[in-house]
Amino acid sequence: MVDIPLDHVAGIPPAEVGEVELYHPRSWWTRYVFSQDAKVIAVQYSITAMSIGMVALVLSWMMRLQLGFPGTFSFIDANQYLQFITMHGMIMVIYLLTALFLGGFGNYLIPLMVGARDMVFPYVNMLSYWVYLLAVLVLAATFFVPGGPTGAGWTLYPPQAILSGTPGQDWGIVFMLASLILFIIGFTMGGLNYVVTVLQARTRGMTLMRLPLTVWGIFTATVMALLAFPALFVASVMLLLDRLLGTSFFMPTLVEMGQLSKYGGGSPILFQHLFWFFGHPEVYIVALPAFGIISDLISTHARKNIFGYRMMVWAIVAIGALSFVVWAHHMYVSGMHPYFGFFFATTTLIIAIPTAIKVYNWVLTLWRGDIHLTVPMLFALGFIVTFVNGGLTGLFLGNVVVDVPLSDTMFVVAHFHMVMGIAPIMAVFGGIYHWYPKVTGRMLNDVLGKFHFWVTFIGAYAVFFPMHYLGLLGMPRRYHDIGETSFVPASAHDLNAFMSVAALIVGFAQLVFLFNLVWSLFKGKEAGGNPWGATSLEWQTPETPPGHGNWGKELPIVYRWAYDYSVPGAAKDFVPQNEPPSGAVAQGAHP
Amino acid sequence: MSAIILFMATIAAIAGWWLSQQRLAAKPWLEEGVAVDFRGERGSSVPPAKIGLGVFLAVVGSLFALLISAYSMRNTMVDWRELPLPKLLWINTGVLIISSAALQWSLMAARRSDDEDMLVGLLVGGASAVTFLAGQLVVWQQLNVAGYVVASNPANSFFYLITALHGLHLIGGLVALGRTSAKVWRGAPMVQVRLSVELCAIYWHFLLLVWLVLLGLLTGWTENFVNICRQLLT
Repeated sequence: MVDIPLDHVAGIPPAEVGEVELYHPRSWWTRYVFSQDAKVIAVQYSITAMSIGMVALVLSWMMRLQLGFPGTFSFIDANQYLQFITMHGMIMVIYLLTALFLGGFGNYLIPLMVGARDMVFPYVNMLSYWVYLLAVLVLAATFFVPGGPTGAGWTLYPPQAILSGTPGQDWGIVFMLASLILFIIGFTMGGLNYVVTVLQARTRGMTLMRLPLTVWGIFTATVMALLAFPALFVASVMLLLDRLLGTSFFMPTLVEMGQLSKYGGGSPILFQHLFWFFGHPEVYIVALPAFGIISDLISTHARKNIFGYRMMVWAIVAIGALSFVVWAHHMYVSGMHPYFGFFFATTTLIIAIPTAIKVYNWVLTLWRGDIHLTVPMLFALGFIVTFVNGGLTGLFLGNVVVDVPLSDTMFVVAHFHMVMGIAPIMAVFGGIYHWYPKVTGRMLNDVLGKFHFWVTFIGAYAVFFPMHYLGLLGMPRRYHDIGETSFVPASAHDLNAFMSVAALIVGFAQLVFLFNLVWSLFKGKEAGGNPWGATSLEWQTPETPPGHGNWGKELPIVYRWAYDYSVPGAAKDFVPQNEPPSGAVAQGAHP
Repeated sequence: MSAIILFMATIAAIAGWWLSQQRLAAKPWLEEGVAVDFRGERGSSVPPAKIGLGVFLAVVGSLFALLISAYSMRNTMVDWRELPLPKLLWINTGVLIISSAALQWSLMAARRSDDEDMLVGLLVGGASAVTFLAGQLVVWQQLNVAGYVVASNPANSFFYLITALHGLHLIGGLVALGRTSAKVWRGAPMVQVRLSVELCAIYWHFLLLVWLVLLGLLTGWTENFVNICRQLLT
């Protein structure tokens, strides 16, 4: 071991923070509602995200009911089906996953994991949540406006997004765009906090290379989101102007309902470029925090240090950078120049390298580890399997010649649900089962947890694995009713019915999870401060749940990286990050 | 999309340079003890608010770079008709330069702890920024009267959109400037306000830079410049 001398450098936060510097809640309202404490904001974000996520879950049931049993349910017509698709996609990708990973996990874990008292701009952090809530409310309001929510598909492609004939053309699309604009404003406020907190508020000894990978994942994803969301912002504003003021940023000359429309000359492809310049980084904005969380879960629950920590960090950074130069692989069928397609196919395949490095490192961490099949570990394993599965079909779709025939089929639906639906949600669940004891002080029920995992995991495969096959058959996506077609055999319809039943069961399993969350809050087993025997700082707080200011009187001092599990010769099978090295106690504890 | 790619490359270069200072090749599993912290090694510690502003400017920069990208893709279409830029725009630009200069002057006064000059600088800066915004509204009015309404041509649409977004950012800055001026007015200690004044000045300079770039775009100078460069290269 190399002992590094203690060094007094300006800019490191002092070990003791004066009381005046901390924000103090003065009433019940400022403690639990308009709170500036990142931990409370994290819980607010999570509850809001999961609530609107439940709406999206119900929408997916509706779609599956229609696809599995077409014509049976009179309350689902073609327009509603399109509205369900749109809202399900938009909510799940942006309002659930992005908000939960960055607003929920980010707010809770960043200050605790880097050894800070709170985020650096607590007031802005609070505003971020309230603007997010407003965005969610505006989004939810579209269900009640005349004409209902927009049915333009979650990509909101013009010209159809704002033409008559598309459901929600009156108000739905306007509310949707307004909600997105609000979301981006709110996210920017939060994102500035996450980035600056990681940069500036790390405790003594917490170098970047000692950060847990969860922080690396959330940090990089936040940087990407800050740079990518402006593209969606610009696209939304311009589309909103096209809709409201009749400008022609995106709208070409066309005939609408038998009459020449007021629009002319605009470029729908321009919208696609802007949208996917945001949309592709968005995939990794959701994936990178999941990568980080999975790395920490695997290391902790296999009692083994993470394999190739440096490579893991480099891979995260490389994926973050590369994800900005692959956007047009979503546009192979937009009629772009074949050379562009070739370029974007190449960059897309290159991004598989750092991603594969991460997968190998997870597997190598597991190899000869002391694997505890706890619920978080089960979800982590489920993540790896699902992510590899979705990643492999990504290699298919990344190639132009394969993508073009598959582009409008169920194959694409199966691919992106595996890779950015099921996989990240596995990380979300794993993370919740892992950190719930820190947030509440009680363990989630293990039996319910295992039930939740197995039904979700097997059920999700039952839904999405056969969907690849339907896609290869040529079954189109976005269709309300396939009807009688020669290339879709009767057995495919039976398969669809099977998938729908599986989807219903998976959905109900989530209710068990929600019940577990509430029930364990009151009846769960007392967790203690560090139930998993984990090394990172959030498990070393003096109180559980962590009190205001996180660390009591003194900030922790970090002496090692976050993965000292099963160190030969150590007394326990884990060494917390803030445990001084033997023989250097006096040097470290009293700087 | 070349504008935004160029912008992202710049950001990537800055991020790469910063990362190269962070000992990313360290082997943390071998290093025990309180490590030398590399924050603040160069030129003392930077306050979090300043870093926060820097990150925010990157976000705003990305927003405008994307607008420029969209502009340069759209203006190659056949229906694009340049609109005549009112002369007032040049006066407005001058006013914005004055505003930025006044804040720089205020910052210099803050550095030598000169309360009065600092407040004067802030007020002049704020007043000229408001004048700039009013001038922009007059430009809109003139264009409207001349028949160049927002939806009649994409060039008009982009002009209104770009000036509006720039103006909104300036209004946001004015809120911060107002709060800073109020603090100075109430006689807050210099240590507290110096940072606020500095942040305002940085933000103003940035918005001035953005405006000059946008003006180059709207007048077509940037396009000419790019064309000349392209000819020199080929």
